[in-house]
Amino acid sequence: MTQSRTILALLAASTCLAGPAAAQDDDTLTIGLLLTLSGPSAVLGEMARDGFQLAAEEIGDIGGMTTRIIVVDDELKPDVATNKARELVQRNGADIVVGPIFSNIMGAIAKPVVDSGAILISPNAGPSVFAGAECHRNIFATSYQNDQMHEVMGAYAQAQGFDNVFLLAPNYQAGKDALAGFRHSYEGGVAGEIFTQLGQLDYSAELAQIAAMQPDAVFAFMPGGMGVNLVRQYRQAGLETIPFLSAFTVDESTLPAQQDAAVSFLGGSNWAPDLDTPENKAFVEAYEAKFNQVPAVYAMQAYDAARLIDAAVREAGGVADRDALIAALEQAPFTSVRGDFSFGPNHFPIQDFYLTEVVKREDGKFATSIVEKIFEDYQDSYVGDCQMD
Amino acid sequence: MTSLFLLQLLNGVQFGILLFLIAAGLTLVFGIMDFVNLAHGVIYMVGAYLAVSFTQMTGSYGLGLLLTLPATLLIGLVLELLVFRRLYDRPHLDQVLATFGLVMIVTEGVQIIWGAAPLSVAMPEALSGSIPLIGQMRYPVFRLVVIGAGLATALGLYLIIGHTRIGMRLRAGATSRAMVSALGVDIHKLFTVIFAFGAMLAGFAGAMVAPILTVDPGMGEQVLILAFVVIVIGGIGSVRGAFAGALLVGIVDTMGRSFGPILLRLVMEPAAAGQAGRVLAPMLVYILMAAILAARPTGLFGQKT
Repeated sequence: MTQSRTILALLAASTCLAGPAAAQDDDTLTIGLLLTLSGPSAVLGEMARDGFQLAAEEIGDIGGMTTRIIVVDDELKPDVATNKARELVQRNGADIVVGPIFSNIMGAIAKPVVDSGAILISPNAGPSVFAGAECHRNIFATSYQNDQMHEVMGAYAQAQGFDNVFLLAPNYQAGKDALAGFRHSYEGGVAGEIFTQLGQLDYSAELAQIAAMQPDAVFAFMPGGMGVNLVRQYRQAGLETIPFLSAFTVDESTLPAQQDAAVSFLGGSNWAPDLDTPENKAFVEAYEAKFNQVPAVYAMQAYDAARLIDAAVREAGGVADRDALIAALEQAPFTSVRGDFSFGPNHFPIQDFYLTEVVKREDGKFATSIVEKIFEDYQDSYVGDCQMD
Repeated sequence: MTSLFLLQLLNGVQFGILLFLIAAGLTLVFGIMDFVNLAHGVIYMVGAYLAVSFTQMTGSYGLGLLLTLPATLLIGLVLELLVFRRLYDRPHLDQVLATFGLVMIVTEGVQIIWGAAPLSVAMPEALSGSIPLIGQMRYPVFRLVVIGAGLATALGLYLIIGHTRIGMRLRAGATSRAMVSALGVDIHKLFTVIFAFGAMLAGFAGAMVAPILTVDPGMGEQVLILAFVVIVIGGIGSVRGAFAGALLVGIVDTMGRSFGPILLRLVMEPAAAGQAGRVLAPMLVYILMAAILAARPTGLFGQKT
């Protein structure tokens, strides 16, 4: 009997997947990883994928069910992402989609995923709309709300008594949000504010202005390759006497290229590899042993997503009953590598935030390191706009 | 303000010099061979990647740079023999399609070999500092080296093109291809040499920027568009024009980005000036191109046809 069913399934599959023939049965948990895995920003998606798969290997059967993990690339294109998301939930029958990395992709994939009844868990992107007005019971984030990392740096600049900070970000939505987030918790003066072209490589003109103004500090949001260039050129221009505050600009995904140039530069984060919890020690050790690189937040947040899914599915006794699964996820019944972790009513985390500093470790690798805790059990400021039915 | 102006001028010159290194090869190929080579940018990228690898292998940036030159020359030769030779007699659209395909293949290949994460080259210790310029202003030593290397290249090209036999053939080829061929010059051999030489210049530019900028799979495309602007402004086929055009584009772009908002603030509210400056600065180069083409349709140093 079983054998003939297998043959039938194979036959159906071989006829070019004419419809969802190889339908999922109830004891298989299908998880789709929808991440950016090509282009200049691919390293972020690769880290998230590796972090998730590391957890999956450690756990074995996630949630005690036969697990199938499908990894797809959104190419950082919203239209491609929409199609891939639809494919994941409709053809592959994914119960849970973990993704994306970038906020503009989140808007593109949320609807196809939740419309099918699947759960969407973001391992990084945390746009304000999904924390506020468009929050949804099927959408969770194991990361942060985008503004929070910048608010950390604003609060630090405020506490330091800076009164003349120079702001620098690329000219697109996330760049504007970043500076708005910084100003949310910083009330001092602004020496200057520059929006550069997205993808700009040479910052000599901007650095010359900073040198001319000699501000108390610089706050920069320059993700990916832009940050690598900015940090190296900042150091080369001899500006290192001016404190460099940042978010998503110096982390473990960019440090292999920034190296010594980034040492002692400051960042805001919800985690660093040297955060002192037993779960984090085990995670960082296993990750470094397996991939020979220091994990960044993207890896950590995806790792936590896998741990969260495992615990919640066990608690709910499967994925068939979506209401039970959502209720279980809301309880966050796992131990985060970050220690304290719980979900707010908008399914975004309530967690601690830290000031981090880039250090060269004894083994010669570069990593961020926690300097001090800035916010305790910090919740985003959009939760009030969230009306979940 | 004066010192900031001088510093930005120096930045503009440095950016222009870099553009010249890329545009020089492009203008030779486009002007003399009448060949649209979109793959020029990826050769620049490959040059940067090779510089990274050679530097890691030899432990010295200088040696890495020296090894990159023959390597990109070789790549230029191979590409010419395998691909481009077949495209000279085809219409421009075919050339665009074929070289665009090459861009995708090489970019993907680079990602397979070196990975998607941005790479970098450690700057040689002796050149990594900055020197005081005026008051608080400092200028990175390596950027001065880039300016020096670019000027030396420009001088070398000037001597080769203006004062050697092969240069004479080059100039003749740019003016009338058919006539040069009829006079018994092996035009195919000349093309192969030009092409490989252009590739080497692009590779040299890539290796020179590797210590300043990140080396990533998107770096070629970004610079290619500006390089085309440069050769159109300078006049297609003219190396002298490429030099003038590159300096012009470099200075206008840098000055526009830093002083545009400041100037606008004199006539507008600060918020509106910031907004307008942000929009206008990236457009300045193209406005410049349009203005120059309106006045001189063949570019600054272009031949009248």
